[in-house]
Amino acid sequence: MVENRPLLNLLSHLVLIVGVVIVAFPVYVAVIASTRGPTDFMSGLIPLLPGPHTLENYRRIVFSGVSTSGAPPIGMMMVNSLVMALAIAIGKIAISITSAFAIVYFRFPFRQLAFWMIFITLMLPVEVRIVPTFKVVADLGMLNSYAGLSIPLIASATATFLFRQFFLTVPDELTEAARVDGAGPMKFFRDILLPLSRTNIAALFVILFIYGWNQYLWPLLVTTDTGYYTIVMGIKRMAEVADAIPQWNVVMATVVLAMLPPVVVVVLMQRLFVKGLVESEK
Amino acid sequence: MSAIAIRGVRKNYGKTEVIHGVDIDIADGEFIVIVGPSGCGKSTLLRMVAGLETITEGTIEIGGRVVNRLEPGERDIAMVFQNYALYPHMSVFDNMAYGLKIAGLSKTDIRARVGKTAAMLQLEPFLDRKPRQLSGGQRQRVAMGRALVRDPAAFLLDEPLSNLDAKLRVQMRLEIKQLQQSVGTTALYVTHDQVEAMTLADRLVVMHDGVAEQIDTPMAVYARPATTFVAGFIGSPAMNMLPVEAAGNLGLTLANGRTVKPRDIRLPEKGRKAILGVRPEHIAPVSGANADLELDVVAVETLGADTLAHGRLAGAADGSGELVARLPGSTQVQPGDLLPLAIEPGMAHLFDAETGARLAELDLPAKAARAVKPLAEALNA
Repeated sequence: MVENRPLLNLLSHLVLIVGVVIVAFPVYVAVIASTRGPTDFMSGLIPLLPGPHTLENYRRIVFSGVSTSGAPPIGMMMVNSLVMALAIAIGKIAISITSAFAIVYFRFPFRQLAFWMIFITLMLPVEVRIVPTFKVVADLGMLNSYAGLSIPLIASATATFLFRQFFLTVPDELTEAARVDGAGPMKFFRDILLPLSRTNIAALFVILFIYGWNQYLWPLLVTTDTGYYTIVMGIKRMAEVADAIPQWNVVMATVVLAMLPPVVVVVLMQRLFVKGLVESEK
Repeated sequence: MSAIAIRGVRKNYGKTEVIHGVDIDIADGEFIVIVGPSGCGKSTLLRMVAGLETITEGTIEIGGRVVNRLEPGERDIAMVFQNYALYPHMSVFDNMAYGLKIAGLSKTDIRARVGKTAAMLQLEPFLDRKPRQLSGGQRQRVAMGRALVRDPAAFLLDEPLSNLDAKLRVQMRLEIKQLQQSVGTTALYVTHDQVEAMTLADRLVVMHDGVAEQIDTPMAVYARPATTFVAGFIGSPAMNMLPVEAAGNLGLTLANGRTVKPRDIRLPEKGRKAILGVRPEHIAPVSGANADLELDVVAVETLGADTLAHGRLAGAADGSGELVARLPGSTQVQPGDLLPLAIEPGMAHLFDAETGARLAELDLPAKAARAVKPLAEALNA
């Protein structure tokens, strides 16, 4: 807006600040809690200043785990989450970009049908089809494996749909120029479509990585072996202890660590895709 | 470098036929311009030559090889698109080199050929830039370079200048013509701009509704348009078309009841209905006694060098007998004037009233051709 009214400025800043506080406060509390002793949070008053137990708390979750709740050391869970999130993000992008390529650039029988079938799966997220999916995964012997964690989540229409929409905006002349230059379909895909999709791939990677990292229900179902626990379900296990008070300091330390990878991905990728957005401007 | 033969080519989209059998023989090294209004099928025809559209019927030969079932990449052609279609993520060098890379040339060969073409087009300073960092004219040049560098059998250009501003268009038009002449590659150029068509073409193909109405040199198309469509399309302002009826020795009866007797043309048999075509630039103001026509001036456009007098034949009913005359710029004329005009000898065209086809049997042998030939021979001797 071009208006310059001090009152309006004040108001808009106020709204923004309130919004930021609402979003940031819980995160702040989590960080504070991870620096405090085990009983500080039971005293009735939530402390708002850092305490002296930071190193102790983090050392405990990283190296020994929380034995009372059966949670393994956090490192293994982080690796599992990372593997799962990367597999889901990369797998989804790979599958959806090739299927969008097929749907947009090739004329084959039942092409529309294929598109709509993919599209309809949008209405069937994991939670809806969780029981049959579990049955299939169990029958295939994929329980307690990385494949079982990631493959059922890879099949999805969102990314296919996004790539399809993007491919439709690529001018036909570009395809034709490539054909005249003698490029076959796969060359065209690799040399032209893939580089042009770079920004879309980056954006999707961010979204899908976080989606994969935050998966909770599915890992909870398909893993019973602690060696395959992911961090998000690990947090839940730590917080839910039988016959004892949850050790909030440790749980929150885990939470803070669990938050880091998505933050890193967002920060790194955001730079790439903002650059990409600016570049693709003609 | 090779000849292109288009024989009996038809194109259907579903049940609608959009190209109704086109035959064009293009000699090696010739610059052919296909011109026509939008929707006449000129781009479709070009895309069929390129292999981007399937050919419903007929054959297309490039260099003596029928290419109907070949992929565009196998036809040994290069195409320049209206919006240039440069690969946005590649540098100018890579854009030009891409086709050569696919063709499997060695890196040194590619560098040599791209370098040579870039020098020819003065693109050397831009080789590392991306297309978005270039101006419209430079992009256009890169698109030309991408075609040139492959040294194809034929260039296909689909309205390559229509995204440029007027000044640049004139400049690029000249450059394209010079480039084509220096490399001697057959070129097929599609445009809707008649000035581009006239200036670039060795021969012109005027298309209308999926039919090639006339294929001839630009001057022949201008001097002897084969149909009323061609007559109206080539030339600006458009040729005047007056419905007439032959009145034997008196000449032709106009819509306003008067007769006109154009010189240096045979007259049709008495009673035959025809269309008399006269270009605005072939009407001259004369003194009243010698007038073929009288123009009731309605509007005047002064263009500096010329003055255009719009109006209708004196005494003609509303909506008929509209006429434009191109007069010398110094002519004093105002709306409301009654202007006596004469048709220059040999500059009248007669077309069949129903089919619109030129009544070629009425043409006398062209004088201009006879006058030019000895001069050309004298120069050659």
